[in-house]
Amino acid sequence: MLSFYTLFHKETLRVKKVAFQTLLSPILTALLYLLIFSHVLERHVEVYPGVRYTAFLIPGLVMMSVLQNAFANSSSSLIQSKITGNLVFVLMAPISYVEFFAAYVLASVVRGLVVGTGVYLAALWFAQPPLQSPLWIVLFAVMGSAMLGAMGVVAGIWAEKFDQLAGFQNFIIMPLTFLSGVFYSIHSLPDFWQGLSRFNPFFYMIDGFRYGFFGVSDISPWISLAVVGGCMLLLTGFALALLRSGYKLRS
Amino acid sequence: MFPAVDARQVHKHYGSLHALDGVDLRVEQGEFFGLLGPNGAGKTTLINLLAGLALPDNGRLSVMGCDVVKQYRDSRRLLGVVPQELVFDPFFTVRETLRLQSGYFGLRRNDAWIDEVMHHLDLADKADTNMRKLSGGMKRRVLVAQALVHKPPVIVLDEPTAGVDVELRQTMWRFIQQLNREGQTVLLTTHYLEEAEALCGRIAMLKHGQVVALDSTKNLLNSVTGCRLRLRLAGALPATLMPQVIEQKDGNYLLALPSYQALELLLAELRTAGVAVQEMSLQQPDLEDVFLRVMKVEHEEAQSC
Ligand SMILES: Nc1ncnc2c1ncn2[C@@H]1O[C@H](COP(=O)(O)OP(=O)(O)OP(=O)(O)O)[C@@H](O)[C@H]1O
Ligand SMILES: [Mg+2]
Repeated sequence: MLSFYTLFHKETLRVKKVAFQTLLSPILTALLYLLIFSHVLERHVEVYPGVRYTAFLIPGLVMMSVLQNAFANSSSSLIQSKITGNLVFVLMAPISYVEFFAAYVLASVVRGLVVGTGVYLAALWFAQPPLQSPLWIVLFAVMGSAMLGAMGVVAGIWAEKFDQLAGFQNFIIMPLTFLSGVFYSIHSLPDFWQGLSRFNPFFYMIDGFRYGFFGVSDISPWISLAVVGGCMLLLTGFALALLRSGYKLRS
Repeated sequence: MFPAVDARQVHKHYGSLHALDGVDLRVEQGEFFGLLGPNGAGKTTLINLLAGLALPDNGRLSVMGCDVVKQYRDSRRLLGVVPQELVFDPFFTVRETLRLQSGYFGLRRNDAWIDEVMHHLDLADKADTNMRKLSGGMKRRVLVAQALVHKPPVIVLDEPTAGVDVELRQTMWRFIQQLNREGQTVLLTTHYLEEAEALCGRIAMLKHGQVVALDSTKNLLNSVTGCRLRLRLAGALPATLMPQVIEQKDGNYLLALPSYQALELLLAELRTAGVAVQEMSLQQPDLEDVFLRVMKVEHEEAQSC
C-alpha cells in the first residue's frame, strides 16, 4: 500500500515541481479559447434557451482541460521515465501492476481536477453558469479524467518516442475532444455528424458534465454515465493486460 | 538455508541472439561474488532477470528462495540493484530520490538510515541538490545509495565504479565490505579485474551467455601456473628464448615462465650468451591472466568445432 502511495505521491510531486507548465499554462490556454470563442460567437449563438453562449461554453472548456491534462499527465510522465531510463526504479520495486496503474491514473485525476477547477474559477469572471447538480459534475470529471489517465497509461507504454505520443494526441485525443461538443451542442450538427458523434465517448463525458451545470443535456446523463463507465472498464482491462504482460516495459 | 541467488538453466533470447544460454549459478548467503565477462557476455541481462526488468524465456531464478516471477514482491524486496546505466529522475533532489525509493519498498520513516548511507557515500552535502546538478560520479553514488536504502540482504552492483574517482571507490568498497561482513550478500560485475581479485571470494566468468569458469578466486589464480618475468637487457635476447616472449619493447621484455625452476635455466642461458641484465622483476599471475586464458581457451574451442 505504501508503495502505491509513494508512486502516486511521486507523480503529484512532479506536477507540483513544474506547476507552471502542468497547471498554469493549460489554464491560460483554456481562458484564451474562452476569450476568443465567446467574443466571436456570443451575439450569434444561443445553444440552450436563456443561456448565454459564454456560459454554455465554460463547462465544455473545463471538461476539455480536465481530459487533456489527465491524458498528458500519465502519458508524458511514463514516456519521460522510459526515455531517461528512471522507470527502472519503479519496475524494480515491489509494486504490482495494479498498483502501478492505479497510481498513474489517480495522479492524472488529481491533475485533471486541479486544472479543471482552475479553469472554472477563472472563467467565472467572464460568465457564471448555474450549478444544477454538482454531484454529476464531480462524477463526470472524475470518471473522465480517470478514463483519459488510463488512455495516457496505454499511450505512454506504447510510445517509444515523444513524436509518437504527439501523434496519439493529435490524431486521437484532439479530434475526439473537438468533435465532442465542447464548443457547440451536437443538435446543431447535420444528421450524419450527429450520428457519428454518438460513437465518440468524449461526447458523453462532456454532455453529462454539462448536465450537472444546466440540468439540460443532449442525452440522459444516466446513459452517458453508462457509456463512460463501460469505456472506462474496457480501457482499464486493456491497460492492466498490457502491464501484466510486461509489454514494452519488461523486455 | 536458501542460496542468496539461484539461477537454473536460464535462457534468454533477444530475437535470434542467445543472450543467456543455460546459465546455472548459485551464490550462497554472505558471499562476495564476482560476475565477470567481456562486453555483451550477458552479465546485465542476468541481473535484469533477477530484478524483474526482463523475463526469462526458460529456466528459473530465485533470490533467497523467492522465485523472481512468481514471488516477485518478495524477491524484489530482498534485492538491491545498482543498474549499469547512469539513470536518474531530474525532478528530484538526492534526498527526495532516496525517500521515494524507501517508499517504493514500503519503508515510511527511513531518514536515519538514509543519512547514514549518504554519509558513507560522501553525499551528505549534496542531500538537497537536484539530481541534474550532480556530476557523473556523484550520480553513480546516488544509484548505489538507492540500492541500499531498504537494507536488502542481497546487493547487486553492475559496474558500480565506472567513472568514480579513486578516493570514493575506496570509501565505497569499505562501506560495501562492511555490509558484507554484517551478512549481506554482494554480487558484483566489473571490468576492473584487480577490484574483483581483491574483493570477491568466488568468481564466475560469463561468455556468450554461458558460464565458462566458476571457482574461488584463489583456485582461479592458482590455475595459472608459473609466473611472468620482466627484463631489461643490455643486448638482444637470445633467439632460443624468443618463444617465451609475451611483450617486447626496445630492450624491455615480458616473458612467461612455466615455473620458478625455469628462471635458473633462463639466467644461465643469458650468461652463456653474454647478455647483461639491467633490471629484472617477477610478477605473480593475476586475475587478468586467468581471464584472458579462460576467454582464449573458449575462443579456440569455439573455432576448432
Ligand atoms: N533489450 C535488449 N534488446 C536486444 N538485445 C539486447 C537487449 N539487452 C541486451 N541485449 C544483447 O544481449 C547481449 C548481452 O548483453 P548484456 O547487456 O547482458 O551484456 P553485458 O555482459 O552486461 O556487457 P557489458 O559488459 O558491456 O555491460 C548483448 O549482445 C546485447 O546486445
Ligand atoms: Mg552490462
